[in-house]
Amino acid sequence: MSFQVMLTQLTNGLLVTISIFVLTLIFSMPLGFIVAFGRMSKNKVIRWITQLYISIMRGTPLMLQLMVVYFFPWYLCKIPLSNGWRFPAIILGFSINYAAYFAEIYRSGIEAIPKGQYEAAKLLGYSKSQTFMKIILPQVFKIILPAITNEIITLVKDTSLAYTLSCVEMFNAAKQIAAAETSMMPFFIAALFYYVFNLLVSFIMNRIEKKMSYY
Amino acid sequence: MDNCGTPYLEMNHVKKSFGDLEVLKDISLTVHQGEVVSIIGPSGSGKSTLLRCATLLETMDEGTLSYLGRSAAVMEDGHSHYAKPSELDSIKRSFGLVFQSFHLFPHYSVLKNLIDAPIHVQKRSKEDAIQDARKLLEQMGLSDKAEAYPHQLSGGQQQRVAIARALALKPDVLFFDEPTSALDPELTGEVLKVIKQLAESHMTMIIVTHEMEFARKVSDRILFMDKGYVVVAGAPDEVFHSQNERIREFLGKLKRD
Repeated sequence: MSFQVMLTQLTNGLLVTISIFVLTLIFSMPLGFIVAFGRMSKNKVIRWITQLYISIMRGTPLMLQLMVVYFFPWYLCKIPLSNGWRFPAIILGFSINYAAYFAEIYRSGIEAIPKGQYEAAKLLGYSKSQTFMKIILPQVFKIILPAITNEIITLVKDTSLAYTLSCVEMFNAAKQIAAAETSMMPFFIAALFYYVFNLLVSFIMNRIEKKMSYY
Repeated sequence: MDNCGTPYLEMNHVKKSFGDLEVLKDISLTVHQGEVVSIIGPSGSGKSTLLRCATLLETMDEGTLSYLGRSAAVMEDGHSHYAKPSELDSIKRSFGLVFQSFHLFPHYSVLKNLIDAPIHVQKRSKEDAIQDARKLLEQMGLSDKAEAYPHQLSGGQQQRVAIARALALKPDVLFFDEPTSALDPELTGEVLKVIKQLAESHMTMIIVTHEMEFARKVSDRILFMDKGYVVVAGAPDEVFHSQNERIREFLGKLKRD
């Protein structure tokens, strides 16, 4: 296999990696908000359910969760597993796992806002939704940014876990080429790709952090 | 002073407990237009709780509360019964509160702190709000700080911005909850000066403070609170020369410090 072919196959894998990464963020970040609100709910039952959900998502391996999500339709409803289910299952598995982590980050940020900010907003006549959107959320965003960066960087590397469901993302592509060619080269190249990907993520997040540092 | 007419603030027989702790035992307070009333007393006497009840940050267990004749809470079956939320929202426009630790919005510039609520809550035009805000900043001696962010200001400047922010909504009554307790003596002076100016322009104010000399100079009336009761109330000289044992002890301690 020429170096060129190897690169093409790895790049194809990288595209799959990027789509897992982007789709997971798109679904898990808003979902995390819903989970965070559930976790802070005044309703005991809702709070208890979300707490259990978070503890399972954080307490068991993501690899295992991916398999559970994938085989779930078969075991529960005897729906045969099709090839088309593979990718959605991966995105669903990643999203519900990362939502739990994001939820805890959001919660930590929301709880870090001093009570006085809510009271000042209330005295000035802001409605509850105005208070949250205009006063609380922008401050939460700044507080949680470093933790979010951490999570995103972890996600870049975690996408490799999709290989458990035989998804040919970059790591799996590298593994297949390495086996066929008995060479370590594909692994080195994949490692470099992951590293550069994360450099880019850090760079972008740093820029955002700098932008937020006006106060 | 015009003590006829509808009182700007009227609180009657207010009681409030936190669990087993009775913080306000039977407090009544009536304030008329243009009056400056200071509330003094030792820590834990219930001063701040009274202010928080008056500004709807806490709910009273018993007692009535009204602003300019509009009832925020009435007595019903032995308990305070509050008006519906829309009515409370409207009553809330009658008063403003200046906090001990400012609570400015850190992500907004000084100007935005002043204009955001007038624009988005009171639905006033932006030009109008900015014009008013600049006038207020000038009054506070902070004209050059409009574009600054709160963290770039000293505590005294932040507190003056907080006062301007409360005034920007044109309240009828302005409350101060120990406005200088978080400031060092030098910065305390600049904030007290601003409050004094407001008193001279006949702003109706209720001030919880530990600054005795200031309270004496600026107030029309002083309430001395202790253990959930108003022990002495009257003109500043009456209170400061009161023979009440508890107030003598309190003022004596201050002098010794």
